[in-house]
Amino acid sequence: MTGTISIYAVVATLLQVVMVALGAPLLVGIMAKVKARAEGRVGAPINQPLRDLRKLLTKERLHARHASVVLVIAPMLIMASTVVAVAISPLVSTHPLLGSSADILVIVYLLLTGSAAAALAGLDPGTAFGGMGSSRAMTIGALAEPAFLVAVIALSIQSGSSNLPSIMVSTLAHPQWVLGPSRLLALGALLIVVIAETGRIPVDNPSTHLELTMIHEAMILEYAGPELALVTLGETMRLGLLFSLLANLFLPWGIATHSSTLSLVAGVVSLALKTVLIALGVALIEVRSAKLRLFRLPELLAGGFVLSVLAVVTGLVTR
Amino acid sequence: MTLFLVALGLCAAAAVAGATFPRGSRVVVSSVLGSLGCLIAFSVALRILLTGDTVTFHTAQVLPMTGVSLTLDPLGAWFVLASSFVGVATCLYNVGYARGAMASRSALSLFMVFVLSLLVVPSASSIMTLMFAWELMALSSLLLILTDQARHPDARSAALWYGVMTQLGAASILLGLLVMTSNGSGQNFADLSAHSSTLSPVTRSFAFVLVLLGFASKAGAVPLHVWLPKAHPEAPSPVSALMSSSMVAMGIYGIIRVGEGLLHGGTVWWWIAVALLGVVSAFYGALHATTSTDLKRLLAYSTIDIIGLVLIGVGAAGALADSGQPVISRLAMSAALLLVVAHAAFKGALFLAAGAVERATATRNLDLLGGLIHTMPVTALVVALSAGAIMAVPTLSGFSSEWLLLQGLLHGFSVVSTPTVIVMLLGVIALALTGGLTAVAFVKAFGIGFLGQSRSSGAAQAHEVSKFMTLAMGWLVIPSVVIGVMPGLFVPLLDRAASSALGTSTVSPFTRGAGLEVAQLSGAIQPAAILIGLVAVMVIVWALNQALAQRRARRVDAWGCGRDWQTPRMQYTATSFAEPLQRVFADVLRPQSDVEVTHVAESRYYEQSLVYENRVADILEARGYRPIIAVALRVGQFARRLQNGSIHRYLAFGFVALLVILVVVG
Repeated sequence: MTGTISIYAVVATLLQVVMVALGAPLLVGIMAKVKARAEGRVGAPINQPLRDLRKLLTKERLHARHASVVLVIAPMLIMASTVVAVAISPLVSTHPLLGSSADILVIVYLLLTGSAAAALAGLDPGTAFGGMGSSRAMTIGALAEPAFLVAVIALSIQSGSSNLPSIMVSTLAHPQWVLGPSRLLALGALLIVVIAETGRIPVDNPSTHLELTMIHEAMILEYAGPELALVTLGETMRLGLLFSLLANLFLPWGIATHSSTLSLVAGVVSLALKTVLIALGVALIEVRSAKLRLFRLPELLAGGFVLSVLAVVTGLVTR
Repeated sequence: MTLFLVALGLCAAAAVAGATFPRGSRVVVSSVLGSLGCLIAFSVALRILLTGDTVTFHTAQVLPMTGVSLTLDPLGAWFVLASSFVGVATCLYNVGYARGAMASRSALSLFMVFVLSLLVVPSASSIMTLMFAWELMALSSLLLILTDQARHPDARSAALWYGVMTQLGAASILLGLLVMTSNGSGQNFADLSAHSSTLSPVTRSFAFVLVLLGFASKAGAVPLHVWLPKAHPEAPSPVSALMSSSMVAMGIYGIIRVGEGLLHGGTVWWWIAVALLGVVSAFYGALHATTSTDLKRLLAYSTIDIIGLVLIGVGAAGALADSGQPVISRLAMSAALLLVVAHAAFKGALFLAAGAVERATATRNLDLLGGLIHTMPVTALVVALSAGAIMAVPTLSGFSSEWLLLQGLLHGFSVVSTPTVIVMLLGVIALALTGGLTAVAFVKAFGIGFLGQSRSSGAAQAHEVSKFMTLAMGWLVIPSVVIGVMPGLFVPLLDRAASSALGTSTVSPFTRGAGLEVAQLSGAIQPAAILIGLVAVMVIVWALNQALAQRRARRVDAWGCGRDWQTPRMQYTATSFAEPLQRVFADVLRPQSDVEVTHVAESRYYEQSLVYENRVADILEARGYRPIIAVALRVGQFARRLQNGSIHRYLAFGFVALLVILVVVG
């Protein structure tokens, strides 16, 4: 992991950003389709989220009367933190640009920065709904963030580094780790975190517009037009990033570990396959479960946190 | 050293000027002298950290019998660096801030004495000098809390709590240091350090525990923290800023100096105890910060949180050093020290900003604020950046230090001994838990205080504070950005301070560069590159947004569920924002809520008024301290019976006491 910039690192980084930016809305579309089919409906085409984004880009920009500059900056910050996290994370290749900085803490806090920006944007117009959404989103974030961090730390014990590419490379070298007890516990914790952070059922219902139950939709209620498109794209890319990380941290096979065109292609194809599989799984969870009451959520998230701590303890005991 | 003495002299002159100059000029003169003194002290500390030299000074002229001994080594210089940097800002701030009680002769001169003492404590090198400076620091800050007691009646009780805690702490420190001299080593730190190995292990541990109690209470470690969330908010803002950024750091300094410097590390359990104090403090502080509605109280609790993280770093460093891991130990110590300096800057800035808000709106209750970003844009920017630093937003200073701390803890897992590994694990968990809670606390502080619509007439009529105050706040934002973006610049200084703290000369854990890179341990971050990435994406997004927009954004009413009548009272407040978390952690916080409904006389179905009250008391104060105070009061009441004012009885007491002494001695 030297500082020299290779052409493959640049290509891998660009591939990752483009793939997540275009692929994540498709993942959301696939999940919506699966849910619709399971409920006996035909459902919208899977590229509907992309069409929605294109439509929003042509709409007029509207700002709430009491909103400040924060309302304008927040979408940019959400996009920036997510895109940088996507660019430096090992998704297609283990050597993207700045892969040496792709530390657990960097990714977790970049995502937290995006959440904080969204929450501030919710408070900015000075409405009841915005505050409600921000408060709930930050509460869930505050409970999910420790589980996320500790679960990935559990993975870092065996590889001896908190650098995500190093974790993946060492997992590739030691396939027997994948089924270790520590990994499985961490997998459970990360699954809960991913569902919470991406706002899926049973934590939040992405398709609800019923004011008192919504979390994320309430927070971004005042956004319209291109800025809504940015916020939505940022959130969707975050979902793409979390699904990809979940896939690559536990089953890194297929990711490009050396600089050749063929391995990059393999990286792209395997990432697409793995994330679609995860999307199918999450969609099935969504079909099978009801949304939890807000004040039952802490129990679920605390469960995730306990799983992640157990994963670290098991990792330390069995190393 | 001469230059450092000049700096101290300037601060002393500032104190004299504050006490003697006429009303019109004394604020300006004393502030200019004080900030000049702090700037010189800063440059001296910087030079010592750059060269690694140690300078000493001794005079028998100042303090009777023992004289004054000063030594500045890289460890002391690191803390002088933090105090003097904040000192410059607070002196500057005072020019715009001081009026009324704060501009009085006594307050100005005490303020400068406080600044002076914060420079002397880390450079003191004998027990007498240290304790003298320590008491100067405690007493001057105690009196400063009382400055504006006419307008802040709570200040009296806060000062009482602070006074009792700090004096008990000082007694404990003094006793501990005296125990260390029981082998006849004298009172100079050099002699103490050279002879401390002749003390028996039990004596050393006893001395360390005593000293730890005193310093930990000054640092605000839970459960010795009760005075801190009372005293820090009640003090005038420049004093709060110094207390919360520099004075708590002196507690950390004391633990490192005595534990590592004078007692050479001792045994593992000392440091496990320190780290456990840190774990409890970090969690407790972060949790209370999320539920506080008083802006300065929120900041005070967040100080307890960050000090907890620092103690985790110090404890991990000590435990690792005793477990034969000198390199990782030095890494953990570096993390703790970097966090001390980063915290001094961002917490100083936040307290000064809180003072600006209080000055502009006459309140610091977040439930009454809102919309200040429109009227106080500079203060809002300062709070946003400093809150970002404390929330550990990547490319700001809190992130660099927390990343180092995590690296230290993760690599500490390689130690064999189980208790140490458990402490490392608890440290990681505390770091993870506080990360999310701190984000809630500061999103709340900024989002409720500065965004939305104003919730009171005071907040609606706010206007930006004077140039001096904004300049001082801006000065304190510099380190948050520079340490965050270019942490590599500080690595040589940090490394020198950490190695001086641990008294070892192992290989450095760092690789030199613009970012932070830990040698041998395969860990690196390049914040500058991340910042370039963030800025590039933001510029692209902004440009696209501009290109797509046909015309300027139209201002419309916020969506109000179909009715176009929304008042500021419908917004979420700080209390309601934190309510879900308060409910989640109800077992720890024990909140008390009262709803009082008054019905109209005619019908029970209609309410006339509704009062909702929500209080989160400090559970440790209510359950731990109040019973002790009750017992102490009862003992006091009993002892009072002995004193009935009769001279005959007192003479009888004296006679009996004399007899007892004669019997015992004879």
